[in-house]
Amino acid sequence: MRTINTKEIKQAVFEACQSIQFRYSKPMEEAIIGYMDQEMGVGKAILKVLLDNSELASSQHIPMCQDTGMVVIFLKLGQQLHLEGDYVIDMINEGVKEAYDVAYLRKSIVKDPLLERVNTNDNTPAVVHIEITDDDRCEILLSAKGFGSENMSKLAMLTPAHGLKGVEEFVLNTVFTAGPNACPPMVVGVGIGGTMDQAAKLAKEALFNEIGDRNPDERYANLEKEWLTKINASGIGPQGLGGKTTAIDLFIKTAPTHIAGLPVAVNINCHMTRHVHIKL
Amino acid sequence: MKTIQTPLNNDELQSLHAKDFILFTGVLYTARDAAHLRLIKDIEDNTPPFELEGAVIYYVGPSPTPPGQKFGSAGPTTSSRMDVFTPTLLDHGVKAIIGKGYRSKEVLEAFKSHQAVYLLAIGGSGAYLGQCVESSEVIAYEDLGPESIKRLVVKDLPLIVGYDVYGEDAYVYAKTL
Repeated sequence: MRTINTKEIKQAVFEACQSIQFRYSKPMEEAIIGYMDQEMGVGKAILKVLLDNSELASSQHIPMCQDTGMVVIFLKLGQQLHLEGDYVIDMINEGVKEAYDVAYLRKSIVKDPLLERVNTNDNTPAVVHIEITDDDRCEILLSAKGFGSENMSKLAMLTPAHGLKGVEEFVLNTVFTAGPNACPPMVVGVGIGGTMDQAAKLAKEALFNEIGDRNPDERYANLEKEWLTKINASGIGPQGLGGKTTAIDLFIKTAPTHIAGLPVAVNINCHMTRHVHIKL
Repeated sequence: MKTIQTPLNNDELQSLHAKDFILFTGVLYTARDAAHLRLIKDIEDNTPPFELEGAVIYYVGPSPTPPGQKFGSAGPTTSSRMDVFTPTLLDHGVKAIIGKGYRSKEVLEAFKSHQAVYLLAIGGSGAYLGQCVESSEVIAYEDLGPESIKRLVVKDLPLIVGYDVYGEDAYVYAKTL
C-alpha cells in the first residue's frame, strides 16, 4: 500500500492556487491568438487586451483578475492509498489560506451566506469533492472559480419529452443570457443526466478539460462542436460587444439518469478558466 | 483615443458615444455589493461618506497590492447586482458608473434622464487596469476589506462607453435577445 503524507497534498494545493492566477494556460493563449485572426474591430481589440493582461500579470506577478475565486477541488484518492498526517480537508484549507496570503490574492469568501456575510479573510473554506478510484494514486483537480461566470450558471430538471431539442435550447439560452456578465469569451461546461446534484457536478468537472479536448463518445463530441458553433454565431462576441468569439470551447459530461428525468446543468467559466490537474 | 478627466462636465459627457474607446483620468470611488448596502443607508441618514454630486463610481473589489507595485488587480465586477441601488445614486448626482454587463431597463432610463453615462471596463483584465491606479485611500467601511470604499486616482484608465446620454447601448445584442 502506498502512503502519502497530507502535507504533500497541502503543498500541492498551495502551489496550484498560485500557479493558475498569473497567466493563461498555454492552450488558452493559443486559442485566443487563433480566434483573434477571425475578429475585427472591437472584438479583436478586446482579445488583444486580454492577451496583454495575461502577459502583464505574469511579468508583474499581479493576478490576471481581481476575483481570484473560490477554490473548488476534485480530490481523487485510490483505495490502495493510505493517507497519513493531519486531516486532509484541514490541510487543503491550510494550503489555500497560505497561498492567498503570500500571493496577494483577494479573499472573497463569506462564512455565512445569508445572514451575516462576514469575510473569512483567508479565502477558506474550499469546496472539496472526493472520489475513490481503483488504484493507489492521488489526483487533485483544482480550480479558482470566479463568480461573474458562476452567477450566470444554471440548472434545469428537464424531462424525457424535452429531449435533445430541449437540452440544446437550455444550454444556448443560458449562454446567451449570461452574455457580457460572464466576461466572454467563456468556456462552457455542460452536465447531462444523474440527479440534480450530479448534473451540477458533471458541469463543473467538464470545466477541467483542456481547450480542444472532445468527449470520447463521438455523438457528444459532435454536439460539443455544434453547440460551440451556434454560440459563436450569436454575435455576442468578446465582452458582449459584438464578434465571433463568444465561447472558446464547450465540454459535455454525461451520466446515467432516472427514467423520469433529464437533468441538465450549465456551468460557465470566463476566458481565464483557471484550473490545474496534479498527480501525486 | 478620446480622453476624459474629472470633474466631468456636461460637454464632456455629451461627447461620449456608445462603443467609443476612451481613456479616463481623475478621481473615482470603488463600491460593490456590501458597500452599496451601507452607502444607501448613509445617504438616507444624510451622511454619505463622499460627495456624490459629480462623482464617478467603479464597481470593483481590488486584490491586495503586492509590495513594490502601484496597485493590485482591479477589473470590473458585474453591474446588474447593483441595479437596485443605481437610480438612488444617480438621483444624488453621480455622473458616471464603471462596470461590466447588462443593466435593467429602469437603470438605463435613469442614466438617460440624469444625463449620466455607463462606462465599461474589460472584464478579466484586472492586472492591466490596476496599473492605471496612481494612488488609493480607503475612505469608508474599512472592515469590508476588498469591498470597502476607496478613493482612487487613476491615469488613462482604458474604458468603453456602454450607455451614452443619448440612450445608445453598446450591447447591441441585449436588444435582440
